[in-house]
Formats: sequence, structure tokens, C-alpha cells
Amino acid sequence: MERRTLLKGAILFIPAGGVLRSVARAAPAEPADKPGDTSNDKPGDKYDPASHYYGMGIEIEKCIGCGLCIQACKEENDVPREPFFCRTWVERYTIKKDDTVVVESIEQNRNPRKGEARSTHTVNEAEIQRTFFVPKLCNQCENPPCVQVCPVAATYTTPDGVILVDTERCIGCRYCIQACPYGARYLHPRTRVADKCTFCYHRIVQGLLPACVEICPTQARVFGDLRSKASQLVRFRRMKQIAVLKPHLNTQPKVYYAGLDGEVR
Amino acid sequence: MSEELAEKLWGVLEQVTGFIYPNETELHWSILIVVYPYLTGLVAGAFILASLEKVFDIPEVRPTYRLSLLTALAFLLIAPLPLLLHLGRPERAYEIFLTPQLRSAMAMFGFVYAWYLMAVLLLEIWFEYRRDLIVWARQERAPMRWIHRLLALYSADVSPEAVAFDKKAIHVITIIGIPSAFLLHGYVGFIFGSVKANPWWSSVLMPIVFLMSAIVSGIALVLFLYMVLTPLRGETIDMRCLDKVAGYLFYAVIVDFSLEALDFIQRLYESEESIKILATLITGKLFISLFVIQVLLGMVIPLGIMVATRLLGVNEELRKLLYFTSAILIQVGIFSTRWNVVIGGQLFSKSFRGLTTYKMDIAGIEGLLTALGLLILPFIVLIVLLKILPPWGKAESEAEAVTSR
Repeated sequence: MERRTLLKGAILFIPAGGVLRSVARAAPAEPADKPGDTSNDKPGDKYDPASHYYGMGIEIEKCIGCGLCIQACKEENDVPREPFFCRTWVERYTIKKDDTVVVESIEQNRNPRKGEARSTHTVNEAEIQRTFFVPKLCNQCENPPCVQVCPVAATYTTPDGVILVDTERCIGCRYCIQACPYGARYLHPRTRVADKCTFCYHRIVQGLLPACVEICPTQARVFGDLRSKASQLVRFRRMKQIAVLKPHLNTQPKVYYAGLDGEVR
Repeated sequence: MSEELAEKLWGVLEQVTGFIYPNETELHWSILIVVYPYLTGLVAGAFILASLEKVFDIPEVRPTYRLSLLTALAFLLIAPLPLLLHLGRPERAYEIFLTPQLRSAMAMFGFVYAWYLMAVLLLEIWFEYRRDLIVWARQERAPMRWIHRLLALYSADVSPEAVAFDKKAIHVITIIGIPSAFLLHGYVGFIFGSVKANPWWSSVLMPIVFLMSAIVSGIALVLFLYMVLTPLRGETIDMRCLDKVAGYLFYAVIVDFSLEALDFIQRLYESEESIKILATLITGKLFISLFVIQVLLGMVIPLGIMVATRLLGVNEELRKLLYFTSAILIQVGIFSTRWNVVIGGQLFSKSFRGLTTYKMDIAGIEGLLTALGLLILPFIVLIVLLKILPPWGKAESEAEAVTSR
């Protein structure tokens, strides 16, 4: 390379780097770190729910079924340890060579009380065609059947698109549990009221990520604000072929799956 | 969380076949929610039988008129109890009345219930008994005298004009009452029928099926009570009345059976996504309660019996026995119907990949004993009502004596 060309390149490169750095600093959100961003709020203002609309993306291929999300969720949200009470859970699908499907909840495979494995390897390896994991949680539907059926309006949609339960108001009739097509709700055995995923609402309003997203080692879960063009979720929706669960029920989920297999319900 | 519950759920998990969502391990609507539609069904059915006499002017069923009304009231008073006991937080139940969420089918409970109790049943019973209450109060000693006076709300007018007004009022109330009874039970059906997440429930026919089975069970109950109470009082059973009521029961069972068959065939023919798991359900865990108890014992055999009594012209004593047997079989069948809807609808996973099981508690607030208690309680209430408001029409003759005095 000629010295002149090199110098010319350097002259162009150095300021360009500076420009890039300043652009990066000025960018309203850094999606990788702060998808639960508060960028739409004016600086110094209080959190404004109306200027956000949250959703989650899940990339099936990235999930390794480690179950850290389940643990983090239980830790963060006072969810009972037993695997019958889940705000989030992970399903393992095994498609066998004869096209039959075996589905398991990774957490229910082991009964810690008896210390026994229930079915860690239910399918003979030679018979397996392919396997994958599907993390599940409340779909935070835009048209939520649970909110519709609640007789006392204890469950409601926040302006930022999260379905919450007012634990002071819920009477524990469990109609919402019946109405949820995704099995995302349970009756909390201690409080005796309905409980479900809140997207870690207490965290996201502070610009933090939901616990399951934060802990996921493979970034299989992507959280973000659908109103912010800079959010990682918006990019996820743009770049991936996405699907939602049970679209025929018209619940309009805001949890979007990339690489969703037709077997998943 | 309680060790007991955890232990129970691990036990349930052992019996799960295929895959269910983790949160589906605990079955949420227990036997108390089976009892609730069963009780309200009896209310609606008994009231509709009572209405036949007033609105359609069928004199044969007159001996069952007051009995039907009191039966409806006794069961209606107990009907909300299973709901209340089933709530996670029963102490907050008042919220459903004070601040209902108007888009919720369940929130309508307060309105429908209050309307039916206050505007229909209590009013009709009051107008029906008003004159008798006054007459009784004049003849009795304390404390029944006070009770009857209070129940008559201290009205004292037994003039022919006042009695004529009572009759007119009853007529109007009954006309309002029939659609209200339809509303009461149709609404219970809608609670299930409108859950799109559950293919076993989600059906536009659900309210109508509930209603028809309610009419069946209500008529069968009044028939049963009439046949038990009349001999107990040393009177003879009016066979014209019995035949007529049994006739209505027969037609109601036919309509109910046809509707359920239609629903079944429709599902089978449409063969939607859920058909496989539902087929596994009804040929497995629900086989006994659906095909044996609900269909065979609760419908086919009673229908056969009633056809036989008509064709063969059996004598009175045998007819009584056959009607009595049918009425009991039908009750068992309808209870099973409620069971199959409520429990059956929760035995399969919404992932359509597996079945769970219902482990009923024996003791405990949502257990079998509570359910049995709630099924017996209306009869105790009814005994009290029969004591206070005897439906046997004795006051007629005594009333004449008083009014002519």
C-alpha cells in the first residue's frame, strides 16, 4: 500500500470514529443493554406508561433449556418453588423419526422431594429426529380473554400493554385461569389470588429488563418497547419470521416467536 | 405453600398422561362448581314447571304449583353458597355486587341472581300466599301468628278485589318469570359456553343445553318431592297430575337428548383441532360418567321406561314406581351432566396433548363432604319453608270461614 493512500485513509478514519462514538453516545437507547428503555420519556420526567408498549421476542433456536429463566422468575417474583406454579416455563419438544412428538416441561422432570428423575431421557436417542425448547410465559395479549372475564376488574391492561392482577382486589374465582388459552395463570397458594407474568413490571418501569431476559445466557429472550423504533424487539420483529401462539383465537399476543415449529401450541 | 397441596400435585403429576401445561396440574373448578349449576338448574326447572299452571293454564299440574315455587326458592337460597365457598378470597365476594366489571359474564351473577330472587320468586310467592298468610295469622297463636303476619308484610285485605289483584300480579310475574328463569340458567351455560380457550365448553348451544337439562332436572325433582311428600301426609297421589308432569318430563328429556346429540354430532363432524384429545377424554376418563351414567342411566333408560308406560298401559301402582325410578335416574344423570361439563372440561390440557386427573378431597372446604352438605341443605330449607308456608291449600276452606265471619 502506498504511504499516501494510508495517510488519506487515516485522515478519513479518525474523525469518522469520533463521529460514530458521539452518535453512539447520543443514541436514545442501547438495545442490548437497556431494552426496557425510558427513552420516550422526557429527561427528568416521571415514567410515562402511555409512551411505551411492551412485548417480548423469543428465538426458539437460541434456547438451550437451561431453565435459568424459570429460577430467576421464581426468585424475583415470589413464585412458589414447585413446578405447578409458573409465571414462565420451558417446554422441550422431541420430534421422533416416526413423526410422533413428545413434549415435556423441563422443570417437572424431577421431583426434588423424592430426589428422583421422572423422565430425563424419555426418548431413545436413536429415535430422535430433532428437538427444541420453547420458553412460555403470559402472552400479554392485546385482546386478553382473562381481562374480559374478570368479574371484579382485578386483572387489567396497563397503558404500556402489560396485563396485571390487583392482588388486593382479586376474589380468586379463577375464571381468568379457565379463560387463558395458554395456561399462563395459576392460583397463588399463599395469597389465594390469581398470579401471572408481569414482564417484571416493577423492573421495566425503571428501565430494567425482566428477570428472565436479564439472566438468559443465550439471549433467546428479547424484551423491548414496540413504540421505540430503536428497541431490540422492533428490530427482532423486522428481521425474523415471527409467529404467535394460537393466532386463531384472536388474542393478539405480544410475545413473538422466531422459528416457531408447527407442533407448538 | 402447604405441604399437603404440593404432595397432592406431585401425586396428580404421576397420573398425567401426555403433556399438560405446568399450571394445569392443579384443577381449578372443583366439585363445588359442579354443584352450583346443578342447583341453579333445579331452580329454573322447578319454576318453569310452576309457570305451566299459571301461564299455559294447565289445571292438572295445580297440585305441584306451590311445591314447585317453594322448591325453587329453597334451592335458589343455597345456590350461591358453593360459589362463595369456592372463592380463593370469599371475604371479598361483595365486590362482585358493588363494583362488577360489566364485560364479564360472571359479573352478571349479582344482577341475574338478585333479579330472579327479588323480582320474580319472592314476589310471586308473596302474592300467591298473601291471602293465606292473613287467614292463618288470624287463626293461629304466637309465634306462628307473628311470623305469618310479618311475612304478609302486615297487609290485612282479603277482599275479593284484593285477591283478584293478587291473581293478576301472579300472572304478570310469571310471564316475566319464564324469561328470567331462562336467563338465570342460560347465563350459567354462557359462563362456560363463552370460554373460547376451552373447546369442550366453547359452544353456542351450551346455554340452551343447560336450560333444557335444567328443565328436565327441575321437573324430575318436583315429581320426586310430590311423590314423597303426598303419601307422607297421608294423602293419595293425584294420578292425573303425575301423568301430566311425567309427560312434560318425557318431552323435556327428548329435547335435551336431541340437543346434546346435536352438539356431539356437530363436534364429531367438524372434527377440529381438539377432536383427538376430546375423543381420548370421552372414551377414557369420562366414559363411565358420560356414556354410562349421563346417557344410559340418565336419559336412555328413563326414556325407555316412559315410552313403555305409555305403550303398555301399565297400572297405577307400577306407573308410580316407574316414574319414581325415572325421576331418580334423571337426577343422577343431570348431576353427571354437570360433572362432565365442569370437571370434564378441565381434564384435558389446552395444549391438546395430554390428560390430567381430578383428585377430589373428601374433607376440606372444596371436598366431597361439603358438596354433599350443599346438596342436602336445600332440602332442609325446603322443610322449613313447607312448615311456614304449607303448600297444601288447606287455607282455602278455612279462609272461607274467616271471610264469611
